[in-house]
Amino acid sequence: MRNLFFSMIALTAIAIFTISGCNKGGGDEILIGEYGSLTGPNATFGISSTNGLKLAVEELNNAGGLLNKKVKLITYDDQGKPSEAQTVVQRLIKNDNVVAVIGEVASSNSKAGAPICQQNKIPMITPASTNPEVTAIGDYIFRVCFIDPFQATVVSKFILNTLKLKKVALLKDVKNAYSTGLADFFEKEFKNMGGEIVEVQSFSAGDKDFKAQLTSIKAKNPEAIFIPAYYTDVNLISIQAREIGLTVPLIGSDGWESEKLTEGKAKDALEGCYFSTHVSTENPDPKIQEFIKKYKAKYNAMPDAMAFLAYDAGLILFEAMKKAGTTDPEKVKNELAKIKDFSGVTGKISINEQRNAIKPAVILEIKGGQFKFKETVQP
Amino acid sequence: MTEFIQQVFNGLSLGSIYALIALGYTMIYGILRFINFAHGDVFMIGAFSGYYLGILFAFATVSGIASIGMALLIMLGAMIVTGALGFTIEKLVYKPLRKSPKLTILITAIGVSLFLEYGGQLVFGADPKSFPSLLENKPLINLSGAVIGSNPVVVLLTAGILMVGLRLIVMKTKIGTAMRAVSYNPTAASLMGININAVISFTFIIGSSLAGAAGILYGLNYPSIDPLMGILPGLKAFVAAVLGGIGNIPGAALGGMIIGLLETFVTGYISPTYRDAIAFGILILILLFKPTGLLGKKEIEKV
Repeated sequence: MRNLFFSMIALTAIAIFTISGCNKGGGDEILIGEYGSLTGPNATFGISSTNGLKLAVEELNNAGGLLNKKVKLITYDDQGKPSEAQTVVQRLIKNDNVVAVIGEVASSNSKAGAPICQQNKIPMITPASTNPEVTAIGDYIFRVCFIDPFQATVVSKFILNTLKLKKVALLKDVKNAYSTGLADFFEKEFKNMGGEIVEVQSFSAGDKDFKAQLTSIKAKNPEAIFIPAYYTDVNLISIQAREIGLTVPLIGSDGWESEKLTEGKAKDALEGCYFSTHVSTENPDPKIQEFIKKYKAKYNAMPDAMAFLAYDAGLILFEAMKKAGTTDPEKVKNELAKIKDFSGVTGKISINEQRNAIKPAVILEIKGGQFKFKETVQP
Repeated sequence: MTEFIQQVFNGLSLGSIYALIALGYTMIYGILRFINFAHGDVFMIGAFSGYYLGILFAFATVSGIASIGMALLIMLGAMIVTGALGFTIEKLVYKPLRKSPKLTILITAIGVSLFLEYGGQLVFGADPKSFPSLLENKPLINLSGAVIGSNPVVVLLTAGILMVGLRLIVMKTKIGTAMRAVSYNPTAASLMGININAVISFTFIIGSSLAGAAGILYGLNYPSIDPLMGILPGLKAFVAAVLGGIGNIPGAALGGMIIGLLETFVTGYISPTYRDAIAFGILILILLFKPTGLLGKKEIEKV
């Protein structure tokens, strides 16, 4: 009886190893991994980027696939937590044996996943992480968006030249690499251009009460407040700012990009505020309009910048694999580094020496809960 | 000066919510001598009850006086839901363990807390929800630039009325007298013919419904709710209850206000990074130097 029990365990173990071993070669499929925050406070980041990427994969497979194989996308939820991001990237590479990884939107999570891709020599493309340190992790890490020093310049120019405001307060999220990074770049750039930072206040992601910080900001009478943070926090911040009688415009960055930004009372609170981002859905460019049409047909929703960027991340990965003629990670990495003037839905993508894309930014204005195009800023 | 007035007001409206949650901790401790760590999650369920009731009643868009009635109705609904939840938790989980060692009940309470948090994630989803704006927030007072909105005033007033109501129940009614008797000496109380089970159930219902009301007030002030929202306010309210003297009802109210004000001042004038450290630092100091809390009385262990 005991022997039977042990042999059953042994058999199960063998079965598990064989099944997991089956994934190894990939067979007639190319396995691509993706990690993103499908749940949690920044859920729209992950949902939009997955939707965009799925669209790219689906179109590719409908057009005959890649290297005579179909591409299969494996997506895991990291709940927006860096520790979970590490776990799922490990799982993608070790258990699922993916040949490339796409993700994440939030810089803190990309910084958690990237070292694992680098160690295992698997190329990773982040669609929307703008913190410069992400791609500095290693030569296997790429991005298809601009980086924060550029975004800081764009916002500084916009505040000084377009809005003609000089006294700005800064409110940043100290738990978030993106927010602290962008805040620092902005502080330096804005002062260089002749602006004045009258107050710097901070909070931790997940806080609900911002009134103390906002009251301190109000006491310094700024003409605008720059808040490089994610949409869930900004939603509450904007409501509370108006509650304590702070009426100056709030200025944001691409972390604001979500339909949930203006949910509830924030719709009125954010009226007439601005943020910088990657793409405007009002852009008449046929490529953008066609993508919107396809996306709407499939998901019955408007795409946001994260969906556009993830779609482009997919496209340049397929392009690199096509050029390499193989999915061998090292060759794909070399081809990714050579991408020049690739025409994606977010514009021309050229990867520079730091493995970043050089692209223009747009400023959007919030009107009636909608994001309206204000201006484009070239790099 | 303007800034200071505004900060005081911010602190009071945050503190009144802590106070309401702290009352539940302190009442249950007073009767059963144990910390109900699931209390912060009952507060979360209160906020979610308000969220779903708000959606349910959304068809009746009302304004002015009627919206106050609607908000009161939703708050009452949330209080009934959380009161029923508190009653059920006590009957199903704590009652069978009443004769077990204190540690067993404490760990069970943590289990109930985790059950509510992650069960909540399963049922409500992990994403933050935007709490419906039950009352329009109008700038009420403008003191040379310090704008005080109507919602914080509503929060402060409602919390005050509930606390006075609780005081009246405990001091003036028969069940209140029974509660005090059980708190003083459960054995003697039961020998005098007091139905201890009924008193404990009643305490759980009242304490939990106050947490439910706090959930609604929290949603009104900070309209973003998620299943894990109860953890931190729950812990802070526990600190408030210990600060005021655990088991002491006015102490819980005072402790809540002190914690709310201190947090706001630390965030506004020092740094938000130290905010939580200071709340929990106070807990350590109180336990070291005045374990009975500000208003608590020394208890003599009788052997």
